[in-house]
Amino acid sequence: MENNYTVEAINLKKVFGRRLIFKDLNYKFENNGIYGIAGANGSGKSTLVKIIAGVTAPSAGKLVHSFNDVVVKPESLHDHIGLVSPYLVLYDEFTAWENLSLFAEIRGVSFNKDKAGSILKDFNIYDRKDDYVKTYSSGMKQRLKFAFAFMHSPQMVILDEPISNLDNEGKETVYNLIRTESENAIIIIASNEDTDLNLCSSVITITDYKN
Amino acid sequence: MIWKIITFLLLTFVSIAGITFPIVENPTAWYQFPIIPGLEEKAKIIFFHVPTAWITVVAFLMSTVYSVKYLRKKNLEDDIKSYAAAQLGIIFCLLATVTGAVWAKFNWGTYWNWDPRQTSIFALLLIYGAWFALRSSIESEEKRASLSAVYSIIAFVTVPFFVFIMPRIMTGLHPGSANDTNAGPVINFKMDPHMRLVFFLSLAGFSMLYYWMWQLGYKSMIIKDKLNQKYY
Amino acid sequence: MKAFALFKKDFKSEMRTRYAVNALAMFIVVTISVIFFSIGQERINESLTAGLFWVVIFFSAMSGLSRAFVSEEERGTNLTLQLIAGPSTVFTGKLLFNLILVFAMNIVIVVLYSLIFDAFVIKNMVLFVTSFILGNVGLAVSSTIIAAIISKAGAKGTLYPVLSFPILLPLILTSVQLTIFSIDGTKFEEAIVELMIVLSYDVIMIAVSYMLFDFIWKD
Repeated sequence: MENNYTVEAINLKKVFGRRLIFKDLNYKFENNGIYGIAGANGSGKSTLVKIIAGVTAPSAGKLVHSFNDVVVKPESLHDHIGLVSPYLVLYDEFTAWENLSLFAEIRGVSFNKDKAGSILKDFNIYDRKDDYVKTYSSGMKQRLKFAFAFMHSPQMVILDEPISNLDNEGKETVYNLIRTESENAIIIIASNEDTDLNLCSSVITITDYKN
Repeated sequence: MIWKIITFLLLTFVSIAGITFPIVENPTAWYQFPIIPGLEEKAKIIFFHVPTAWITVVAFLMSTVYSVKYLRKKNLEDDIKSYAAAQLGIIFCLLATVTGAVWAKFNWGTYWNWDPRQTSIFALLLIYGAWFALRSSIESEEKRASLSAVYSIIAFVTVPFFVFIMPRIMTGLHPGSANDTNAGPVINFKMDPHMRLVFFLSLAGFSMLYYWMWQLGYKSMIIKDKLNQKYY
Repeated sequence: MKAFALFKKDFKSEMRTRYAVNALAMFIVVTISVIFFSIGQERINESLTAGLFWVVIFFSAMSGLSRAFVSEEERGTNLTLQLIAGPSTVFTGKLLFNLILVFAMNIVIVVLYSLIFDAFVIKNMVLFVTSFILGNVGLAVSSTIIAAIISKAGAKGTLYPVLSFPILLPLILTSVQLTIFSIDGTKFEEAIVELMIVLSYDVIMIAVSYMLFDFIWKD
């Protein structure tokens, strides 16, 4: 299936106070590619990820999301995007399954139980789907985040440090998931791990946009 | 440069004229003011108290205008301009409150009467206070700028309500209040032309002084900002 | 409806954690009993009764209504929320939640208040109910948008009443007046100006909140 989702960054710039994170960033993400974002710790990978996901505003420039050549309105941007990030926190007082079904309801789509269930099974946490998230270990929470990111079949998924907290088996599942899902969606991986970046067809290095 | 000299001369003249020009029964010369029964010498507060209250409102308005500008353009200099205006605003607000309260003690008998205008300036004081409290609790410059801009706009839209509410809840003592029958000197411009001249000169002088102070304020803040930190 | 789904999530979460409800209930009890002890056997007049009534409402509101946004921000779930809902959906959901909380809280306060204070006898019920509904809506809207602001600032707890009071002042002053009218038995027609003031306060605050929420919500 051809994915007609594109994201174009135009003269993107971000500063925190007087600290320049990046500037003059022009880039186009398109057509089911796997893209990488590299950069040392503190270089602004997560900031760029949040800007692409539309949850943080850039200081200057803009980001144009379009789906089938129609520009996506900011109000409905979240329908097209999935995110896995260390900053992501799911609701502790609900079970994993409740979290996912509530999210579907708030998104206004019907809960795709098969898809969510198959991701949880891949990650070996399906048996514990009815446990409260507060009882989860950090690795299990990380696994659950993938179900959160992919359950609504978004056109673009951004993975910020996807394999953090995961064991070898978990890492392998992530890589398999990326390979299969990249047939339907743009995947962006922000990471410093070579094993992650080896999957990518092209890599942006943030420090290239500092000067 | 020339307008700064004019401001200086204006305020010098207003200070001298406002305090020393005599109040006589039948004014003949241009420098004499007529007697307003019940006020006498106390009428002279109008040359200083009203302009400070005026500046309070102007500063609040300017602070909000630059807040809107900030939210539209996200230029931190607009935030600094808004901040500089509010800083002056709270100073003039305090001046207006204190001069008014002291005067009220001698004319109305108590420092505070919760007259509509006293209540309104109290509300402004609260808004200014809350605004500075909000700013001091936020570390990141952008966040501070946008949150305080949002707050000042929300506060700005509530202020007009006081104009409608106050006169219905409490009786006014200030000239020009809704139930003031013996024609106040300010609002309906029954002020004597000599007084009016000094009053408007004072208003102009204070406005120019405010503008000057505001420019100095925001420019020095921008320079300080640039000296302190460079892009890194 | 998406906003209603968000409200349901908050409601369920509140049922399990009872963050806001416990604080609210305790505050109502504490403020009413402080007033009760300080008045003793004295019979207070109508305007004081109405004023104290709104003192209880204001402080109770300040204890619990900030939870809607502060709990998301403190736990870090605001990022999750941003990824599943647009800003206006989030604001509507939180506003619905606070509306329910305000109405529940104020109904409890009215019941307790009329049981305890002899002077609190409503003569014009229609006027009281109308002003009660309009006042509650205004209280919920203003406290929701201020809660959004303080959730992004430090010193969250102390800042909330400080920021809310000037914004709520016009509403509280008018509502006190309307409560006095209801106790007095003033005719509905004579209080129409006050009702209009509260109504326009509600409309303006709703409009401004929806316009500005985006700037608060996006980091």
